[in-house]
Amino acid sequence: MERDPRVCVMGEDVGHYGGSYKVTKGLAEKYGDLRVLDTPIAENSFTGMGIGAAMTGLRPIVEGMNMGFLLLAFNQISNNCGMLHYTSGGQFTIPIVIRGPGGVGRQLGAEHSQRLESYFQSIPGIQMVACSTPYNAKGLMKAAIRSENPVILFEHVLLYNLKERIPDEEYVLSLEEAEMVRPGEHVTILTYSRMRYHVMQAAKTLVNKGYDPEVIDIRSLKPFDLYTIGCSVKKTHRVLIVEECMRTGGIGASLTAAITENFHDYLDAPIVCLSSQDVPTPYAGTLEEWTVVQPAQIVTAVEQLCQ
Amino acid sequence: MWKSNTIFNHFKSTLNFSLLSSRRFASTIAQNPSTFNSIPHANQVIDFPGGTVKFIPEMRFISESSQERIPCYRVLDDDGQPLANNFVQVSEDVAVRMYNNMVTLQIMDTIFYEVQRQGRISFYATTIGEEAINIASAAALTMDDVIFPQYREPGPLLWRGFTLQEIANQCFSNKYDNGKGRQMPIHYGSNKHNYFTVASTVATQIPHAVGAAYSIKMDKKDACSITYFGDGGSSEGDFHAALNFAAVMEAPVIFLCRNNGWAISTPTSDQFRSDGVVVKGQAYGVCSIRVDGNDALAIYSAVQAAREMAINEERPVLIEALTYRVGHHSTSDDSTKYRPTNEIEWWRLARDPVARFRKWIERNGWWNDMAESELRNSLRQELLHSIQVAENLEKPPIADIFNDVYDVPPSSLREQEQWVKDTVKNHPLDYPENISA
Repeated sequence: MERDPRVCVMGEDVGHYGGSYKVTKGLAEKYGDLRVLDTPIAENSFTGMGIGAAMTGLRPIVEGMNMGFLLLAFNQISNNCGMLHYTSGGQFTIPIVIRGPGGVGRQLGAEHSQRLESYFQSIPGIQMVACSTPYNAKGLMKAAIRSENPVILFEHVLLYNLKERIPDEEYVLSLEEAEMVRPGEHVTILTYSRMRYHVMQAAKTLVNKGYDPEVIDIRSLKPFDLYTIGCSVKKTHRVLIVEECMRTGGIGASLTAAITENFHDYLDAPIVCLSSQDVPTPYAGTLEEWTVVQPAQIVTAVEQLCQ
Repeated sequence: MWKSNTIFNHFKSTLNFSLLSSRRFASTIAQNPSTFNSIPHANQVIDFPGGTVKFIPEMRFISESSQERIPCYRVLDDDGQPLANNFVQVSEDVAVRMYNNMVTLQIMDTIFYEVQRQGRISFYATTIGEEAINIASAAALTMDDVIFPQYREPGPLLWRGFTLQEIANQCFSNKYDNGKGRQMPIHYGSNKHNYFTVASTVATQIPHAVGAAYSIKMDKKDACSITYFGDGGSSEGDFHAALNFAAVMEAPVIFLCRNNGWAISTPTSDQFRSDGVVVKGQAYGVCSIRVDGNDALAIYSAVQAAREMAINEERPVLIEALTYRVGHHSTSDDSTKYRPTNEIEWWRLARDPVARFRKWIERNGWWNDMAESELRNSLRQELLHSIQVAENLEKPPIADIFNDVYDVPPSSLREQEQWVKDTVKNHPLDYPENISA
């Protein structure tokens, strides 16, 4: 926002209140009520507003207070955000960033625990990235803001409190690159967002048991970084996908199809995909825990895959 | 007897909240007990956010409609005679140019409708009966004002210099269409003319216009945004939220509703039960006016005044233009199935906005029969020629299926493009000839 006066933020309670997860804290005091705009409660319409502002020269960042609320904005995101650059013959660009907290949290209830990346992934014309660490959150956010395409940036409700030393100076990450978290030889584990932490926890156990997993945080959900993924598959010949999406129609399902289509010859075993079940996320703590993939399941899956 | 006052903080009841943080901080300070005041029982008030509200001991429901409908502003009567002398004067040049464009729109619609009927384009929607709204509103704006149309407003494009050839190219989706053949006919768009590409979705453009107004406000430009929609469009959620936002944000936007009586087959009586769309403005804190949509001069005056208000006072304005959709909803519709033919005919003949305006300019000595027939003939010829040229031009190349989805096509799309090209190359007889690979 400091570098480019065209960057602005709009969403519910982003200004004065600093955002539901304090992502925009202090910005309204610094940049004013117009650049950090508190909107009335009408997701489809303020997303539409953001699109109109983007088409006339601004670079808006639209915040969904929870990603789940953006279901109300599906019409604008799909029909206008994703399509207008194309249908106008390239005349109008929509350099908008749509972001917000999503994923399964701690007992937030079904409506506030959704994985919107499943639903949005088919929309042509948008890019999707998921951040998972303070380092990649800063880099991906900057990249998304500077991109001429509409980008949806998925943050996770449980990852806001992570602390990490990151460079003060500016850096921009690629919106189409996966992140090598832990190189290895035995199996490729593909994951993103919060599940990265469950995978790394499982990785510790696996290392103690003598396995050498390669962990890749795919980060780019649309398009997939098939180059990095492919190199890994060609090395390990075994793939495990660990995601928070539901079994049906999630990112894992698409990734499985993409890998099978492109790297079938390099696989020694069918791809295994661990996902959440096709159920609304229950409120009760124990029930909620069982709908999310746990490290123990990841360990078991790797052991079976490597037999 | 003490009537204890409720404990609310008393702050200045101005409705002119400017967007300063300090102001807004004040509204969230915890309420402090105020001093008891000795206002007599009958005049007690309460300070709510937004201003002072009086208490009354009568239980009074506000009626769902006022006794009288909101009156409609017009300048010319049905016969083209000015009703009063206090209207915004229009010069001969502007008036004749307006008339020319209205006739162009009328002829363009008539011919293209026929072209669709002949099977040469797949779809068309006319603006017959709404030429005054289309042209007069555009005439009252400047080129810097950005337009967000629904789909029944090609008039502003014509006014701004979009040629009949460009119209034809879009309808035939040939390679010179600046939309690159990606949208249905009548879904025009031109950034050069500050006219944003039509999307089929109803009312989604209304919040876009508010966002554009927000952008204009940030840049402090001497311009406004304008958006058009129909009576049907005003039912969509986007309409309500956009008006609300524009009022809260004090955005320079004009909302122009073409209340033409019909949303496909749904008459306004099934669309809303309010007194049309004009009364909805006040509900959102937006000033509004009802105008005779078939009176070019009334539309011109109202839009010009609205533009000044929007820009100088930084506020949104709602204009409801009463008119009639003389044509069918589109070429996929036969409106005689749901409305009486004599109703259509009456509006088409007795209330034709083009004829009404013609009477006025003729009386001023600015137009005559000879000019009329010359204009209509030359337009017809130009149109038929443009159509012929457009029809015979090549369609856009296959690469245009995959370009502009993003700024640069990702490898996945390039792969898909290669697959399509290979398929077309290997099976040339299965694909039309006028596609270049």
